[in-house]
Amino acid sequence: MHYHHLILRVITKLLVGTIMLFAFYVQFHGDFSPGGGFQAGVIMAAAFILYGIVFGLYAVQVVFPPWLVHKVMALGVLIYAGVGVYSMMLGYAFLDYNAFDPGHPSHGQHNGILVIEFGVGVTVTGVMIAIYYAFAGRFPQISDEDW
Amino acid sequence: MLDFIAGHANYWLFIVLMMTGLYIVVAKGNLVKKIVGLNIFQTAVFMLYISSAKVAGGTAPIFPTDSKGYIKTDGIDQIIYSNPLPHVLILTAIVVGVATTALGLALTVRIREEFGTIEEENLVEIEQSLTRADNKAHGEAMGGMA
Amino acid sequence: MEISFPVFIETSINIILFAMLVATAFAITRIDRLFAVVMLSGVFSMLSALLFVTLDAVDVAITEAAVGAGVSTVLMLSTIALTERSEQKSHRPELIPLLVCFVTGAALIYGTLDFPNFGDPSAPAHAHVGGDYLVRSIKEIDVPNVVTSILASYRGFDTLGEVAVVFTAGIGVLMLISGLGRRRSDEDAALVEETIENQGIEEDA
Repeated sequence: MHYHHLILRVITKLLVGTIMLFAFYVQFHGDFSPGGGFQAGVIMAAAFILYGIVFGLYAVQVVFPPWLVHKVMALGVLIYAGVGVYSMMLGYAFLDYNAFDPGHPSHGQHNGILVIEFGVGVTVTGVMIAIYYAFAGRFPQISDEDW
Repeated sequence: MLDFIAGHANYWLFIVLMMTGLYIVVAKGNLVKKIVGLNIFQTAVFMLYISSAKVAGGTAPIFPTDSKGYIKTDGIDQIIYSNPLPHVLILTAIVVGVATTALGLALTVRIREEFGTIEEENLVEIEQSLTRADNKAHGEAMGGMA
Repeated sequence: MEISFPVFIETSINIILFAMLVATAFAITRIDRLFAVVMLSGVFSMLSALLFVTLDAVDVAITEAAVGAGVSTVLMLSTIALTERSEQKSHRPELIPLLVCFVTGAALIYGTLDFPNFGDPSAPAHAHVGGDYLVRSIKEIDVPNVVTSILASYRGFDTLGEVAVVFTAGIGVLMLISGLGRRRSDEDAALVEETIENQGIEEDA
Protein backbone atom coordinates (compact mmCIF):
# COMPACT_ATOMS: atom_id res chain seq x y z
CA MET A 1 0.00 0.00 0.00
CA HIS A 2 2.67 2.48 1.02
CA TYR A 3 4.70 2.10 -2.13
CA HIS A 4 1.73 2.76 -4.41
CA HIS A 5 -0.10 5.91 -5.39
CA LEU A 6 2.78 8.33 -4.79
CA ILE A 7 1.04 11.21 -6.57
CA LEU A 8 -2.20 10.63 -4.69
CA ARG A 9 -0.41 10.65 -1.36
CA VAL A 10 1.56 13.84 -2.06
CA ILE A 11 -1.48 15.69 -3.42
CA THR A 12 -3.57 14.51 -0.46
CA LYS A 13 -1.02 15.88 1.99
CA LEU A 14 -1.19 19.21 0.20
CA LEU A 15 -4.97 19.22 -0.04
CA VAL A 16 -6.01 18.14 3.46
CA GLY A 17 -4.77 21.35 5.08
CA THR A 18 -6.31 23.50 2.35
CA ILE A 19 -9.66 21.77 2.69
CA MET A 20 -9.63 22.33 6.45
CA LEU A 21 -8.76 25.99 5.96
CA PHE A 22 -11.64 26.29 3.50
CA ALA A 23 -13.93 24.62 6.03
CA PHE A 24 -12.99 27.23 8.64
CA TYR A 25 -13.57 29.98 6.08
CA VAL A 26 -17.01 28.61 5.23
CA GLN A 27 -17.75 28.24 8.95
CA PHE A 28 -16.81 31.70 10.16
CA HIS A 29 -17.51 33.68 7.00
CA GLY A 30 -20.99 32.20 6.76
CA ASP A 31 -22.56 35.46 7.91
CA PHE A 32 -21.23 37.30 4.88
CA SER A 33 -21.13 34.71 2.10
CA PRO A 34 -22.74 31.38 1.34
CA GLY A 35 -21.87 28.92 4.06
CA GLY A 36 -22.41 28.08 7.67
CA GLY A 37 -22.13 25.26 10.11
CA PHE A 38 -23.75 22.53 8.03
CA GLN A 39 -21.55 23.08 4.98
CA ALA A 40 -18.39 23.66 6.99
CA GLY A 41 -18.98 20.50 9.01
CA VAL A 42 -19.31 18.40 5.89
CA ILE A 43 -16.22 19.97 4.29
CA MET A 44 -14.18 19.43 7.45
CA ALA A 45 -15.29 15.82 7.58
CA ALA A 46 -14.38 15.48 3.89
CA ALA A 47 -10.78 16.44 4.75
CA PHE A 48 -10.54 13.61 7.30
CA ILE A 49 -12.31 11.17 4.99
CA LEU A 50 -9.87 11.97 2.17
CA TYR A 51 -6.96 11.35 4.52
CA GLY A 52 -8.55 8.10 5.62
CA ILE A 53 -9.17 6.90 2.08
CA VAL A 54 -5.62 7.51 0.93
CA PHE A 55 -3.59 6.62 4.05
CA GLY A 56 -5.87 4.02 5.56
CA LEU A 57 -8.28 4.01 8.45
CA TYR A 58 -5.60 3.42 11.06
CA ALA A 59 -3.67 6.58 10.12
CA VAL A 60 -6.70 8.84 10.40
CA GLN A 61 -7.85 7.22 13.64
CA VAL A 62 -4.49 8.09 15.19
CA VAL A 63 -5.17 11.74 14.38
CA PHE A 64 -8.84 11.72 15.38
CA PRO A 65 -9.58 8.68 17.55
CA PRO A 66 -13.13 7.23 17.51
CA TRP A 67 -13.81 7.89 21.19
CA LEU A 68 -13.08 11.59 20.59
CA VAL A 69 -15.37 11.62 17.53
CA HIS A 70 -18.21 10.23 19.63
CA LYS A 71 -17.70 12.94 22.26
CA VAL A 72 -17.50 15.64 19.57
CA MET A 73 -20.83 14.53 18.07
CA ALA A 74 -22.62 15.22 21.32
CA LEU A 75 -20.59 18.32 22.13
CA GLY A 76 -22.00 20.28 19.18
CA VAL A 77 -25.62 19.69 20.18
CA LEU A 78 -24.71 20.64 23.75
CA ILE A 79 -23.10 23.90 22.58
CA TYR A 80 -26.21 24.74 20.57
CA ALA A 81 -28.67 23.90 23.33
CA GLY A 82 -26.35 25.49 25.88
CA VAL A 83 -26.65 28.84 24.11
CA GLY A 84 -30.42 28.53 24.42
CA VAL A 85 -30.25 27.67 28.10
CA TYR A 86 -27.79 30.50 28.74
CA SER A 87 -30.15 33.03 27.15
CA MET A 88 -32.94 31.65 29.34
CA MET A 89 -30.73 32.10 32.41
CA LEU A 90 -30.29 35.75 31.43
CA GLY A 91 -34.06 36.13 31.56
CA TYR A 92 -34.81 36.03 27.84
CA ALA A 93 -36.55 33.44 25.69
CA PHE A 94 -34.82 30.20 24.62
CA LEU A 95 -32.29 31.00 21.87
CA ASP A 96 -33.03 34.74 22.00
CA TYR A 97 -29.59 36.13 21.19
CA ASN A 98 -30.59 39.68 22.10
CA ALA A 99 -29.79 38.56 25.65
CA PHE A 100 -26.06 38.63 25.04
CA ASP A 101 -25.89 42.37 24.40
CA PRO A 102 -29.16 44.04 25.44
CA GLY A 103 -27.84 47.52 24.70
CA HIS A 104 -26.96 46.59 21.15
CA PRO A 105 -29.19 43.67 20.07
CA SER A 106 -27.59 43.11 16.67
CA HIS A 107 -24.20 42.51 18.33
CA GLY A 108 -25.83 39.93 20.55
CA GLN A 109 -27.32 38.36 17.43
CA HIS A 110 -23.89 38.22 15.77
CA ASN A 111 -22.33 36.48 18.76
CA GLY A 112 -25.21 34.06 19.17
CA ILE A 113 -25.19 33.11 15.48
CA LEU A 114 -21.43 32.58 15.54
CA VAL A 115 -21.59 30.25 18.54
CA ILE A 116 -24.55 28.16 17.42
CA GLU A 117 -23.14 27.81 13.89
CA PHE A 118 -19.97 26.52 15.54
CA GLY A 119 -22.06 24.00 17.44
CA VAL A 120 -23.76 22.88 14.22
CA GLY A 121 -20.38 22.53 12.52
CA VAL A 122 -18.94 20.46 15.36
CA THR A 123 -21.88 18.04 15.40
CA VAL A 124 -21.99 17.62 11.63
CA THR A 125 -18.22 17.03 11.47
CA GLY A 126 -18.45 14.46 14.23
CA VAL A 127 -21.42 12.63 12.75
CA MET A 128 -19.97 12.45 9.23
CA ILE A 129 -16.60 11.20 10.47
CA ALA A 130 -18.25 8.71 12.81
CA ILE A 131 -20.37 7.35 9.96
CA TYR A 132 -17.28 7.05 7.76
CA TYR A 133 -15.39 5.20 10.52
CA ALA A 134 -18.33 2.86 10.99
CA PHE A 135 -18.46 1.96 7.30
CA ALA A 136 -14.70 1.81 6.75
CA GLY A 137 -14.12 -0.27 9.87
CA ARG A 138 -16.05 -3.22 8.45
CA PHE A 139 -14.38 -6.08 6.67
CA PRO A 140 -14.96 -5.61 2.92
CA GLN A 141 -16.66 -8.40 0.96
CA ILE A 142 -15.06 -7.32 -2.31
CA SER A 143 -11.29 -7.47 -2.62
CA ASP A 144 -9.33 -4.57 -4.12
CA GLU A 145 -8.58 -6.47 -7.31
CA ASP A 146 -12.25 -7.00 -8.09
CA TRP A 147 -13.01 -3.35 -8.70
CA MET B 1 -50.19 29.64 -23.75
CA LEU B 2 -46.44 29.79 -24.47
CA ASP B 3 -46.07 31.85 -21.32
CA PHE B 4 -47.88 29.16 -19.36
CA ILE B 5 -45.70 26.36 -20.75
CA ALA B 6 -42.46 28.28 -20.18
CA GLY B 7 -43.61 29.08 -16.67
CA HIS B 8 -44.47 25.49 -15.80
CA ALA B 9 -41.88 23.45 -17.74
CA ASN B 10 -39.63 23.49 -14.69
CA TYR B 11 -42.29 21.90 -12.52
CA TRP B 12 -43.02 19.22 -15.11
CA LEU B 13 -39.37 18.32 -15.47
CA PHE B 14 -39.02 18.00 -11.74
CA ILE B 15 -42.04 15.69 -11.70
CA VAL B 16 -40.40 13.53 -14.37
CA LEU B 17 -37.32 13.40 -12.13
CA MET B 18 -39.39 12.52 -9.11
CA MET B 19 -41.18 9.72 -10.94
CA THR B 20 -37.83 8.33 -12.11
CA GLY B 21 -36.81 8.14 -8.48
CA LEU B 22 -40.11 6.53 -7.54
CA TYR B 23 -39.73 4.00 -10.36
CA ILE B 24 -36.28 3.00 -9.12
CA VAL B 25 -37.57 2.59 -5.58
CA VAL B 26 -40.58 0.51 -6.64
CA ALA B 27 -39.25 -1.56 -9.55
CA LYS B 28 -35.62 -2.28 -8.67
CA GLY B 29 -34.84 -4.99 -6.16
CA ASN B 30 -31.33 -3.98 -5.15
CA LEU B 31 -31.32 -2.14 -1.84
CA VAL B 32 -28.41 0.19 -2.69
CA LYS B 33 -30.15 1.15 -5.91
CA LYS B 34 -33.36 1.77 -4.00
CA ILE B 35 -31.49 4.23 -1.78
CA VAL B 36 -30.06 5.98 -4.85
CA GLY B 37 -33.63 6.21 -6.14
CA LEU B 38 -34.78 7.71 -2.85
CA ASN B 39 -32.01 10.30 -3.16
CA ILE B 40 -33.22 11.24 -6.64
CA PHE B 41 -36.78 11.56 -5.37
CA GLN B 42 -35.59 13.70 -2.50
CA THR B 43 -33.54 15.98 -4.75
CA ALA B 44 -36.59 16.49 -6.96
CA VAL B 45 -38.56 17.65 -3.93
CA PHE B 46 -35.74 20.03 -3.01
CA MET B 47 -35.91 21.46 -6.52
CA LEU B 48 -39.62 22.11 -6.24
CA TYR B 49 -39.03 24.10 -3.08
CA ILE B 50 -36.12 26.06 -4.52
CA SER B 51 -38.07 26.73 -7.72
CA SER B 52 -40.87 28.25 -5.70
CA ALA B 53 -38.32 30.57 -4.04
CA LYS B 54 -37.12 32.04 -7.32
CA VAL B 55 -38.17 35.55 -8.27
CA ALA B 56 -37.65 36.56 -11.90
CA GLY B 57 -34.69 38.91 -12.26
CA GLY B 58 -33.78 38.32 -8.64
CA THR B 59 -30.47 37.48 -7.07
CA ALA B 60 -29.19 35.41 -4.15
CA PRO B 61 -30.45 36.76 -0.79
CA ILE B 62 -27.12 38.17 0.39
CA PHE B 63 -26.96 41.92 0.98
CA PRO B 64 -24.11 43.94 -0.52
CA THR B 65 -21.50 45.03 2.03
CA ASP B 66 -18.90 47.77 2.16
CA SER B 67 -15.22 47.06 2.71
CA LYS B 68 -15.69 46.78 6.49
CA GLY B 69 -18.44 44.18 6.21
CA TYR B 70 -21.36 46.45 7.08
CA ILE B 71 -24.51 46.21 4.99
CA LYS B 72 -24.81 48.97 2.40
CA THR B 73 -28.35 50.20 2.98
CA ASP B 74 -28.51 52.87 0.26
CA GLY B 75 -30.06 51.60 -2.94
CA ILE B 76 -30.96 48.27 -1.36
CA ASP B 77 -34.63 48.76 -2.25
CA GLN B 78 -33.82 48.57 -5.96
CA ILE B 79 -32.39 45.04 -5.76
CA ILE B 80 -34.75 42.10 -6.14
CA TYR B 81 -33.95 39.13 -3.90
CA SER B 82 -35.20 35.57 -4.12
CA ASN B 83 -37.14 34.25 -1.17
CA PRO B 84 -34.63 33.00 1.42
CA LEU B 85 -37.05 30.89 3.47
CA PRO B 86 -37.20 27.79 1.20
CA HIS B 87 -33.39 27.91 0.98
CA VAL B 88 -33.15 27.56 4.74
CA LEU B 89 -35.61 24.67 4.85
CA ILE B 90 -33.83 22.76 2.09
CA LEU B 91 -30.32 23.45 3.36
CA THR B 92 -31.01 21.64 6.59
CA ALA B 93 -33.02 18.98 4.76
CA ILE B 94 -30.00 18.07 2.60
CA VAL B 95 -27.78 17.42 5.61
CA VAL B 96 -30.51 15.48 7.38
CA GLY B 97 -30.99 13.62 4.09
CA VAL B 98 -27.40 12.41 3.99
CA ALA B 99 -27.59 11.34 7.63
CA THR B 100 -30.70 9.28 6.93
CA THR B 101 -29.13 7.90 3.74
CA ALA B 102 -26.22 6.73 5.87
CA LEU B 103 -28.67 5.04 8.22
CA GLY B 104 -30.29 3.26 5.28
CA LEU B 105 -26.92 2.15 3.95
CA ALA B 106 -25.95 0.88 7.39
CA LEU B 107 -29.13 -1.18 7.46
CA THR B 108 -28.21 -2.53 4.03
CA VAL B 109 -24.79 -3.58 5.29
CA ARG B 110 -26.34 -5.35 8.29
CA ILE B 111 -28.89 -7.10 6.05
CA ARG B 112 -26.11 -8.34 3.80
CA GLU B 113 -24.19 -9.68 6.80
CA GLU B 114 -27.25 -11.39 8.20
CA PHE B 115 -28.74 -12.83 5.00
CA GLY B 116 -25.89 -12.77 2.48
CA THR B 117 -27.88 -10.84 -0.10
CA ILE B 118 -29.25 -7.36 -0.74
CA GLU B 119 -31.74 -8.33 -3.43
CA GLU B 120 -35.32 -7.90 -2.36
CA GLU B 121 -36.56 -11.10 -4.06
CA ASN B 122 -34.03 -13.31 -2.28
CA LEU B 123 -34.72 -11.56 1.01
CA VAL B 124 -38.44 -12.22 0.70
CA GLU B 125 -37.76 -15.89 -0.04
CA ILE B 126 -35.46 -16.22 2.98
CA GLU B 127 -37.97 -14.46 5.19
CA GLN B 128 -40.75 -16.78 4.03
CA SER B 129 -38.75 -19.93 4.60
CA LEU B 130 -37.73 -18.65 8.05
CA THR B 131 -41.35 -17.99 8.89
CA ARG B 132 -42.34 -21.46 7.69
CA ALA B 133 -39.61 -23.04 9.81
CA ASP B 134 -40.72 -20.95 12.77
CA ASN B 135 -44.30 -22.03 12.24
CA LYS B 136 -43.28 -25.66 12.16
CA ALA B 137 -41.27 -25.34 15.35
CA HIS B 138 -43.49 -23.10 17.45
CA GLY B 139 -46.74 -22.77 15.54
CA GLU B 140 -48.74 -25.12 17.68
CA ALA B 141 -47.67 -23.48 20.92
CA MET B 142 -48.64 -20.07 19.53
CA GLY B 143 -52.08 -21.35 18.54
CA GLY B 144 -51.40 -21.05 14.81
CA MET B 145 -50.88 -23.73 12.22
CA ALA B 146 -48.28 -26.36 12.91
CA MET C 1 -45.37 38.41 -25.61
CA GLU C 2 -41.97 39.92 -24.81
CA ILE C 3 -39.24 37.85 -23.15
CA SER C 4 -36.10 39.78 -22.24
CA PHE C 5 -32.71 38.36 -23.17
CA PRO C 6 -31.38 37.59 -19.62
CA VAL C 7 -34.60 35.84 -18.68
CA PHE C 8 -34.43 33.80 -21.88
CA ILE C 9 -30.83 32.75 -21.13
CA GLU C 10 -31.68 31.90 -17.54
CA THR C 11 -34.68 29.82 -18.52
CA SER C 12 -32.77 27.93 -21.18
CA ILE C 13 -29.90 27.15 -18.76
CA ASN C 14 -32.48 25.90 -16.27
CA ILE C 15 -34.13 23.66 -18.79
CA ILE C 16 -30.84 22.32 -20.18
CA LEU C 17 -29.61 21.46 -16.68
CA PHE C 18 -32.93 19.85 -15.82
CA ALA C 19 -32.76 17.79 -19.01
CA MET C 20 -29.24 16.62 -18.11
CA LEU C 21 -30.49 15.66 -14.65
CA VAL C 22 -33.32 13.65 -16.14
CA ALA C 23 -30.88 11.92 -18.52
CA THR C 24 -28.62 11.01 -15.58
CA ALA C 25 -31.59 9.68 -13.64
CA PHE C 26 -32.66 7.51 -16.60
CA ALA C 27 -29.11 6.19 -16.92
CA ILE C 28 -29.17 5.26 -13.22
CA THR C 29 -32.38 3.34 -13.86
CA ARG C 30 -30.88 1.33 -16.71
CA ILE C 31 -27.39 0.49 -15.42
CA ASP C 32 -26.80 -2.73 -13.45
CA ARG C 33 -23.27 -2.11 -12.20
CA LEU C 34 -23.56 -0.48 -8.80
CA PHE C 35 -20.21 1.30 -9.09
CA ALA C 36 -21.48 3.16 -12.16
CA VAL C 37 -24.77 3.86 -10.40
CA VAL C 38 -22.98 5.43 -7.43
CA MET C 39 -20.73 7.53 -9.67
CA LEU C 40 -23.75 8.71 -11.65
CA SER C 41 -25.49 9.67 -8.44
CA GLY C 42 -22.44 11.84 -7.67
CA VAL C 43 -22.82 13.42 -11.11
CA PHE C 44 -26.51 13.91 -10.37
CA SER C 45 -25.69 15.77 -7.16
CA MET C 46 -23.15 17.97 -8.91
CA LEU C 47 -25.65 18.88 -11.64
CA SER C 48 -28.31 19.66 -9.08
CA ALA C 49 -25.83 21.91 -7.25
CA LEU C 50 -25.36 23.82 -10.53
CA LEU C 51 -29.10 24.07 -10.89
CA PHE C 52 -29.39 25.46 -7.37
CA VAL C 53 -26.86 28.17 -8.30
CA THR C 54 -28.96 29.24 -11.27
CA LEU C 55 -32.01 29.27 -9.01
CA ASP C 56 -30.21 31.77 -6.68
CA ALA C 57 -29.89 29.26 -3.84
CA VAL C 58 -26.13 29.52 -3.36
CA ASP C 59 -26.17 28.23 0.22
CA VAL C 60 -28.10 25.17 -0.86
CA ALA C 61 -25.74 24.65 -3.78
CA ILE C 62 -22.63 24.60 -1.60
CA THR C 63 -24.32 22.14 0.75
CA GLU C 64 -25.42 19.85 -2.06
CA ALA C 65 -21.96 19.93 -3.64
CA ALA C 66 -20.24 19.03 -0.38
CA VAL C 67 -22.81 16.50 0.81
CA GLY C 68 -24.09 14.88 -2.36
CA ALA C 69 -20.95 14.73 -4.45
CA GLY C 70 -18.60 14.28 -1.51
CA VAL C 71 -19.78 12.45 1.54
CA SER C 72 -22.72 10.45 0.25
CA THR C 73 -20.70 9.11 -2.71
CA VAL C 74 -18.02 7.91 -0.30
CA LEU C 75 -20.65 6.27 1.92
CA MET C 76 -22.29 4.49 -1.01
CA LEU C 77 -18.92 3.30 -2.30
CA SER C 78 -18.07 1.86 1.09
CA THR C 79 -21.48 0.21 1.18
CA ILE C 80 -21.00 -1.55 -2.15
CA ALA C 81 -17.51 -2.55 -1.01
CA LEU C 82 -19.24 -4.22 1.93
CA THR C 83 -22.05 -5.76 -0.11
CA GLU C 84 -22.23 -6.45 -3.84
CA ARG C 85 -20.95 -5.04 -7.06
CA SER C 86 -23.87 -5.45 -9.37
CA GLU C 87 -27.57 -5.74 -9.35
CA GLN C 88 -29.33 -9.03 -10.14
CA LYS C 89 -31.76 -9.11 -13.00
CA SER C 90 -35.22 -8.73 -11.57
CA HIS C 91 -37.92 -11.25 -12.53
CA ARG C 92 -40.78 -9.07 -11.54
CA PRO C 93 -43.10 -7.49 -14.10
CA GLU C 94 -41.91 -3.98 -14.95
CA LEU C 95 -45.22 -2.76 -16.25
CA ILE C 96 -47.02 -2.16 -12.95
CA PRO C 97 -44.40 0.14 -11.40
CA LEU C 98 -44.26 2.05 -14.68
CA LEU C 99 -48.02 2.43 -14.62
CA VAL C 100 -47.98 3.59 -11.01
CA CYS C 101 -45.33 6.19 -11.86
CA PHE C 102 -47.27 7.47 -14.86
CA VAL C 103 -50.51 7.79 -12.91
CA THR C 104 -48.80 9.53 -9.98
CA GLY C 105 -46.91 11.79 -12.35
CA ALA C 106 -50.07 12.72 -14.21
CA ALA C 107 -51.81 13.56 -10.94
CA LEU C 108 -48.89 15.72 -9.84
CA ILE C 109 -48.79 17.52 -13.21
CA TYR C 110 -52.50 18.15 -12.91
CA GLY C 111 -51.70 19.66 -9.52
CA THR C 112 -49.12 22.04 -10.96
CA LEU C 113 -51.64 23.59 -13.35
CA ASP C 114 -52.78 25.89 -10.55
CA PHE C 115 -49.23 26.92 -9.71
CA PRO C 116 -48.11 30.49 -10.32
CA ASN C 117 -45.61 30.86 -13.15
CA PHE C 118 -42.00 30.08 -12.36
CA GLY C 119 -40.36 33.23 -10.99
CA ASP C 120 -43.63 35.10 -10.54
CA PRO C 121 -42.94 37.86 -7.96
CA SER C 122 -46.58 37.89 -6.82
CA ALA C 123 -46.65 34.17 -6.01
CA PRO C 124 -48.16 33.31 -2.63
CA ALA C 125 -44.81 31.92 -1.47
CA HIS C 126 -43.35 35.44 -1.46
CA ALA C 127 -46.40 37.13 0.04
CA HIS C 128 -45.94 36.49 3.73
CA VAL C 129 -43.00 35.72 5.91
CA GLY C 130 -40.25 35.42 3.26
CA GLY C 131 -40.28 39.08 2.27
CA ASP C 132 -40.73 40.06 5.88
CA TYR C 133 -37.47 38.34 6.82
CA LEU C 134 -35.65 40.21 4.05
CA VAL C 135 -36.89 43.57 5.32
CA ARG C 136 -36.48 42.99 9.05
CA SER C 137 -33.17 41.14 8.92
CA ILE C 138 -31.25 44.34 8.09
CA LYS C 139 -32.36 46.08 11.28
CA GLU C 140 -32.76 43.18 13.68
CA ILE C 141 -29.92 40.79 12.83
CA ASP C 142 -27.61 42.93 10.68
CA VAL C 143 -26.06 39.93 8.96
CA PRO C 144 -25.58 40.24 5.18
CA ASN C 145 -26.47 36.62 4.43
CA VAL C 146 -30.19 36.42 5.08
CA VAL C 147 -30.16 32.62 4.84
CA THR C 148 -27.81 32.48 7.82
CA SER C 149 -29.86 34.95 9.81
CA ILE C 150 -33.06 32.94 9.28
CA LEU C 151 -31.33 29.60 9.84
CA ALA C 152 -29.57 30.58 13.03
CA SER C 153 -31.79 33.23 14.56
CA TYR C 154 -35.38 33.45 13.34
CA ARG C 155 -35.64 29.68 13.01
CA GLY C 156 -33.00 28.72 15.53
CA PHE C 157 -35.27 26.29 17.29
CA ASP C 158 -35.97 24.51 14.00
CA THR C 159 -32.26 24.22 13.33
CA LEU C 160 -31.65 22.83 16.81
CA GLY C 161 -34.12 20.11 15.91
CA GLU C 162 -32.31 19.40 12.64
CA VAL C 163 -28.98 19.12 14.44
CA ALA C 164 -30.58 16.71 16.88
CA VAL C 165 -31.85 14.64 13.93
CA VAL C 166 -28.37 14.50 12.40
CA PHE C 167 -26.97 13.49 15.77
CA THR C 168 -29.61 10.80 16.21
CA ALA C 169 -28.96 9.39 12.73
CA GLY C 170 -25.26 9.26 13.56
CA ILE C 171 -26.00 7.36 16.77
CA GLY C 172 -28.22 5.00 14.77
CA VAL C 173 -25.43 4.21 12.31
CA LEU C 174 -22.99 3.64 15.16
CA MET C 175 -25.44 1.28 16.84
CA LEU C 176 -26.00 -0.65 13.63
CA ILE C 177 -22.54 -1.16 12.21
CA SER C 178 -19.71 0.26 14.29
CA GLY C 179 -19.46 -2.74 16.61
CA LEU C 180 -20.41 -0.69 19.67
CA GLY C 181 -23.69 -2.56 19.83
CA ARG C 182 -22.05 -5.93 19.19
CA ARG C 183 -19.87 -5.75 22.29
CA ARG C 184 -22.96 -5.23 24.36
CA SER C 185 -24.78 -8.17 22.78
CA ASP C 186 -21.74 -10.40 23.36
CA GLU C 187 -21.87 -9.48 27.02
CA ASP C 188 -25.59 -10.18 26.97
CA ALA C 189 -25.00 -13.57 25.39
CA ALA C 190 -22.41 -14.37 28.05
CA LEU C 191 -24.89 -13.30 30.70
CA VAL C 192 -27.59 -15.52 29.21
CA GLU C 193 -25.26 -18.52 29.11
CA GLU C 194 -24.24 -17.85 32.68
CA THR C 195 -27.86 -17.70 33.77
CA ILE C 196 -28.65 -20.94 32.00
CA GLU C 197 -25.70 -22.63 33.66
CA ASN C 198 -26.74 -21.33 37.07
CA GLN C 199 -30.28 -22.54 36.54
CA GLY C 200 -28.94 -25.92 35.53
CA ILE C 201 -26.99 -26.09 38.78
CA GLU C 202 -30.06 -25.13 40.78
CA GLU C 203 -32.15 -27.77 39.04
CA ASP C 204 -29.49 -30.37 39.74
CA ALA C 205 -29.43 -29.36 43.38
